[in-house]
Amino acid sequence: MTGAPPVLEVRGVTKAYGEREVLRGIDMAVHEHQAIALIGASGSGKSTLLRCIDLLEEIDDGDILLDGEVVTDPSVQAVRVRRRLGLVFQAFNLFPHLSVLQNVCLAPMRAHGTTRREAEDHARELLAGVGLAGREADYPDRLSGGQQQRVAIARALATRPRALLLDEVTSALDPELVGEVLGLIRQLKDDGMTMVIATHEMGFARDVADEVCFLHRGVVLERGAPDRIFTAPERPETQGFLRRIIEGGRLEEGHAPS
Amino acid sequence: MLGGLAALIVSSPGWDEVKRTFFSWEHFKDSFPGILEAFWLDVRLFVVVEVIVLVLGLGVAIVRITGAPALFPLRMLAVVFTDVMRGVPVILVIYLIGFGVPALGIAPDWLTEDPVYLGGIALVLCYTAYVAEVYRAGLDSVHPSQRAAALAVGLTGMQAMRHVLVPQAVRRVLPPLLNDFISLQKDVALVAVLGVVEAFRQAQIDASRDFNYTPLVAAALLYIAVTIPLARILDRQQARARRRTGQVMSV
Repeated sequence: MTGAPPVLEVRGVTKAYGEREVLRGIDMAVHEHQAIALIGASGSGKSTLLRCIDLLEEIDDGDILLDGEVVTDPSVQAVRVRRRLGLVFQAFNLFPHLSVLQNVCLAPMRAHGTTRREAEDHARELLAGVGLAGREADYPDRLSGGQQQRVAIARALATRPRALLLDEVTSALDPELVGEVLGLIRQLKDDGMTMVIATHEMGFARDVADEVCFLHRGVVLERGAPDRIFTAPERPETQGFLRRIIEGGRLEEGHAPS
Repeated sequence: MLGGLAALIVSSPGWDEVKRTFFSWEHFKDSFPGILEAFWLDVRLFVVVEVIVLVLGLGVAIVRITGAPALFPLRMLAVVFTDVMRGVPVILVIYLIGFGVPALGIAPDWLTEDPVYLGGIALVLCYTAYVAEVYRAGLDSVHPSQRAAALAVGLTGMQAMRHVLVPQAVRRVLPPLLNDFISLQKDVALVAVLGVVEAFRQAQIDASRDFNYTPLVAAALLYIAVTIPLARILDRQQARARRRTGQVMSV
């Protein structure tokens, strides 16, 4: 990693809602083509961190850098930053009044000034890529949860983002639909997409991530290569968290920490 | 039950008299063309006022739900405006504007010379307040995550409003919105108090000339002829929206 700055960098970011401190000094760097997995209990700050990176939430202190530029500076227009990032939500958040194709085309046409023809061609390509060719005219409520989430991923990719932020994108899905979405994210990783992935799917995190960050009460308590985090976590909090996950049946026995 | 009621009315001791004064074919024939002509004014006034109300109402609603601190004074103004206009009877507003504005002596002549304009302004003020509240309920009902999703794909706040929030809100409030349409269509007749000869006023004139109330029934039929199709359009719209997205806010 010589020369080029990380695609995304988070430096000492803090965020509080009133008295409640959600992020208490987060540091993180995501390099080109890297995938970082954020793991940790609900409420540990994973979602908030992703929303802060996409400037949907204002941070209290610290800096967030995109391609070396401090984007949390008040002089930077948030909308210009958001146009360079993609965010996929846990609850899909598709636009219910728009067809699948219109969902994917809205941002390229309105935010990037792409012509309708160009936007639609690209959207059809993306939808085919996520396995939804032929569903362009359907409305979101006609699709299964897994299909909706794949549309949401296509929508986030339509603006050709520098990095993709994935916020527990399988947590709202029925168990049998999780695989199709995870498979798609694996494919994106193979294609070289830079990603930050908040997830409860430990087996998936272990497969896909270059680095795993364990968030605990608003700080990154432990970080490292997935194999080490999942087989030999150092901190008792990490061990406890992974043990609870195994007991919940979300990680296969073979991946149990020693 | 309806048949029973009809039988009761028809068999009542006063029925022959009522039939003569309210349902005289002769008087109907004589007065209908004049009332129909006057009704054209109602229709035009209704359409113009409605279009202005739909635009202004949305503006007021957006001002009320936008959180930007810079808009605080405007927001307070919008709150006071809707509270006052919803609290005062339409007919009173028409009187106040219709007779008050010319009395000030500062309004331009073209405005004060024709009471239709002043009546129209009064209707716009009242119905903008009603419609703004309907829009606001619709905008409130769209989940905040929709705005977050719109911003996340790179839309500006205004674009999110225009392409994501307002279309969803309007679809949900079509039924109550059309209710206000129908109310307005009827309340247009209230400008008669300013001396505007629209359908109701024309019918009144005819009725007092001949001491026969049939012209009023003729006018009523004209109002119904407009409001019933409006109601059917509303039904169709709702059915279509339900088929497509499954989400329509009930009245």
